[in-house]
Amino acid sequence: MRLTCPLCGPRDRREFYYSGTEDYLNRPPEGASIEAWDDMLHLRTNPAGVTKDLWYHETGCGSWLLVTRNTVTHAVLATELVAARKGGAA
Amino acid sequence: MRIAGKGLIDRTKPVTFTFDGKTYSGFQGDTLASALMANGVRLVGRSFKYHRPRGILTAGPEEPNAMVEVLDGGSQSPNTRATVQEIYDGMAAQSQNRWPSLRYDLLSINDLAAPFLSAGFYYKTFMWPRAFWEALYEPIIRRAAGLGRLKRQIETASYEKAFAFCDLLVIGSGPAGLMAALTAARAGADVILAEQDSLMGGRLLSDGGTLGAPWVEATLTELRALPNVRLMPRTTVVGAYDQGTYAALERVGLHRPAAPHLPRECFWRIVAGQAILATGALERPIAFENNDRPGIMLASAALSYLNRFGVVPGQKVTLFANNDNARHAARQLMAAGVQVAAILDSRADASAVEDCPVYLGAAVTDTKGRHGLTQISGTHAGGDFKIDTDCLLMSGGWNPLVNIACHQNARPTWREDIAAFVPQAGMVPGLHAAGSANGAFSTHAALREGADAAVMALDAMGRSAKAPDLPQAEDAPYRLQHLWAVPAKGRAWLDFANDVTVKDVKLAAQEGYTSVEHMKRYTTQGMAPDQGKNSNVSALAVLADATGRGIAETGTTTFRAPFTPVSIGAMGAGGQGAGFAPQRFMTSDQASRDRGAPMIEAGLWYRPSYFPKPGETTWRQSCDREVLMVRSSVGVADVSTLGKIDIQGPDAARFLDFVYTNTFSTLPVGRVRYGLMLREDGFVLDDGTTARLGENHYLMTTTTAAAGQVMRHLDFVHQAYCPTWQVRFISVTESWAQFAVAGPLAKMLLNALLDERIEDFPFMTHAEVSVEGVKARLFRISFSGEEGYEIAVPTAYGEALFRDLLAKAETLGGGAYGMEALNVMRIEKGFITHAEIHGRITAFDIGMAKMVASKKDCIGKAASQRPGLHGPEREQLVGLRPVTKTEIGAGAHLFNPADKVERVNDQGYVTSVCWSPVFESYLGLAFLKDGRARHGQRVRLVDHMRKTDVLCEVTDPVFLDPEGAKLRA
Repeated sequence: MRLTCPLCGPRDRREFYYSGTEDYLNRPPEGASIEAWDDMLHLRTNPAGVTKDLWYHETGCGSWLLVTRNTVTHAVLATELVAARKGGAA
Repeated sequence: MRIAGKGLIDRTKPVTFTFDGKTYSGFQGDTLASALMANGVRLVGRSFKYHRPRGILTAGPEEPNAMVEVLDGGSQSPNTRATVQEIYDGMAAQSQNRWPSLRYDLLSINDLAAPFLSAGFYYKTFMWPRAFWEALYEPIIRRAAGLGRLKRQIETASYEKAFAFCDLLVIGSGPAGLMAALTAARAGADVILAEQDSLMGGRLLSDGGTLGAPWVEATLTELRALPNVRLMPRTTVVGAYDQGTYAALERVGLHRPAAPHLPRECFWRIVAGQAILATGALERPIAFENNDRPGIMLASAALSYLNRFGVVPGQKVTLFANNDNARHAARQLMAAGVQVAAILDSRADASAVEDCPVYLGAAVTDTKGRHGLTQISGTHAGGDFKIDTDCLLMSGGWNPLVNIACHQNARPTWREDIAAFVPQAGMVPGLHAAGSANGAFSTHAALREGADAAVMALDAMGRSAKAPDLPQAEDAPYRLQHLWAVPAKGRAWLDFANDVTVKDVKLAAQEGYTSVEHMKRYTTQGMAPDQGKNSNVSALAVLADATGRGIAETGTTTFRAPFTPVSIGAMGAGGQGAGFAPQRFMTSDQASRDRGAPMIEAGLWYRPSYFPKPGETTWRQSCDREVLMVRSSVGVADVSTLGKIDIQGPDAARFLDFVYTNTFSTLPVGRVRYGLMLREDGFVLDDGTTARLGENHYLMTTTTAAAGQVMRHLDFVHQAYCPTWQVRFISVTESWAQFAVAGPLAKMLLNALLDERIEDFPFMTHAEVSVEGVKARLFRISFSGEEGYEIAVPTAYGEALFRDLLAKAETLGGGAYGMEALNVMRIEKGFITHAEIHGRITAFDIGMAKMVASKKDCIGKAASQRPGLHGPEREQLVGLRPVTKTEIGAGAHLFNPADKVERVNDQGYVTSVCWSPVFESYLGLAFLKDGRARHGQRVRLVDHMRKTDVLCEVTDPVFLDPEGAKLRA
């Protein structure tokens, strides 16, 4: 498997650390309900198809990437920098 | 028997080798199979289940019968295909799956018991009585199972692994592959041409056609001259993976005597923009009664032995086929002077014009000759007949080698006209099939498809290429009749290696295993080392017939990587022993080893366990001495393995407030504070001290274990939640060597070294100092409970400073201390490590709930306040002291003294223990339900592993100096 880091180019997956779903990006604001936190921390879809998840270019540039890929075909559809995303929480 | 003037072997270079202890000779360029054939050896192996005598069926990597063990230096490679293994001087091979000898094999009794050993025999027979399975059946079956043997010793041979990158990977160097490589190479693309054989050319070297070795050589000469082409012979592409990654295995040293530093094999990971599947096709056998005898082989294999190796498999040859193509074998053998007894063509309407007798509408019905074929029985419209023959060639048509195209779970398509499965476009993204692999069997079609596929592949990469002019080549139509199995009373083999017959497949269908996947598992068809390359299509055709479904509907089983077996040694090349993981050494490493310290692993780091003194015979003696030394004078320990993260920027303080539970924005410059970090789910991630070096400059320390994890976490929090904040951080763990100096004489020791003496240096402060002109950082922190400092210097000065510190410490009655003493002292002081903060522990559990600041948000704060994460039902950190001097161990569980020792009564568990020379007692840290309310009570500690059962007093986790008087001294 290979991922294209927006900063470093196409790289072997061994350079990356897999963290899990993009849900972690949606951190509830301070004072949010316990249900909102439960959603973010625990409730996951398990799609057969397109999914978005987080990868860390650990042995590369240290960037966190938001990767859009297909769990059925293994196609990697897009990679973007988490830091460059619009609408960050803070 | 050799044929003069034929073959690509070098007759000027004889090679001597042994098989089953007997010496033979062949020529350079021979495989073990061709050399044995030239020496008249027909019996080379025994089948898996019935121990039937077997010969050579094929001339390639798909061989199911001729598998041997090769003894090479100290290694023994089982299940080596004699049809692939090249001979070299001194090579020793032996047959396998037979005892006492290949010719007289005791387990061939299984062959006589065959009526009882049908498909599912094991499942049906060894079901009961149930208790017999483990005690009796399994050991017996295990002993009989498997083909080749392993040496059961550590592998000492060397293997290699490597990565390669290219625009176009061409898999296979037959007419399609060569043409594809040539097309892409001339267009300037970076090309890798991988071929499993030692010579490039594929079938052009063996089929005896008009376009032969000279064209291959001319093409290879052009390719070799191009800087953008890499030719990789002896390299089998074994798997197709995601994003254009292919795995390949190269035989580097297997064809020559073992030599130091010469790897046996190299495991390649090839990343290709596009790839061409030009793997060709495999001829398939026909199932008829006793079709497995030595001397019965594929027609194409005989052509290969004739044209490639100049050897023929028999004196009097017979051919049984269902297609035109196979006639070449008979014609070329006759042209080489070999007698062809007859051609049996299953088709009634085929041509009968040959230079030998031709039986049309004919079939082989039985064969004779236990250790080698002597006679066949046949039938045709005119009646039954017998022919004396020592070699029967068979051809049931061709199966395109679609395997690699199917490695990403797509299924091939059935083509009725050629009675074969072919790949579809896009089964593996970027992989284009061409030639026989694509069902285009004529040489001309292969050349054309190879060129076209290369043009298409380059086009997909935005490059243009032009198909070269194609050389003249044979372009005969491929005509065949469907014929999978001749009706037989006895056994007709489909899967030679695993002894699966037509009857077994029919029985599976009859017993309800009608899915091809079920049939496979019930009969074990396709599960031998050849993975069904010779039998899958025929077996499913027989199944389709037995179930009344079509072949397309029946479908194939799953094709999985690897295409041919891959040594684990090659995949794990470099990973043996110390190569398994990188080793990290501290600057003090040599100095510690010089003092005889045994090293222990802490993650990837190596740290000294203890520093033995003369007369000390156990680690405990050294450890006890080191603890008392630190507590009474001074000790020095290298703590460089702790993670150090340098954090800078106007928002650094704000950022630390966000990642730590407690507040760092209020920390004055020059001060140090202990910090607690949570995961977002409210559990403790890590702890450590952070110093404020300047207004916008902090230095964070992490535990050794979690250094990487914390860095990852900080990067995530910053990039995901506050990317606009002006803060940057970098790991400086390896930039600084840092030493703990602890004990009542710590300051005295430091003052003996520092350029300017320190006087008033309060607890939890830091300052820049210098040692012999070298700038250093000094922190007043303690992990031992003593007056403690940590001094950090740039890594280059680490060893020198460590040696100086030790030399000076020893004059004060102090010295070095290791991990064991460090651990004892932190337990005495109730300091936690990752033995305690193991991922299921909250700030509340370790008594630090108040450290989660109420006035600000932080990572993990919301989740840490969830119900169930605090309160008396939680297991809380306590100290334990056994009421007797009994040894206790971590991992023990705790019970109320009155309760039965049962899981439901479990009150908690022990995380860390030590023998404390200060308290002259074992001490433990534990998590106990409602533990903080139970100080002074007794619990029963039970450890079934170490057979410990002892009452312990529950105490505060801080045993030593609870007021911190020593710490702040």
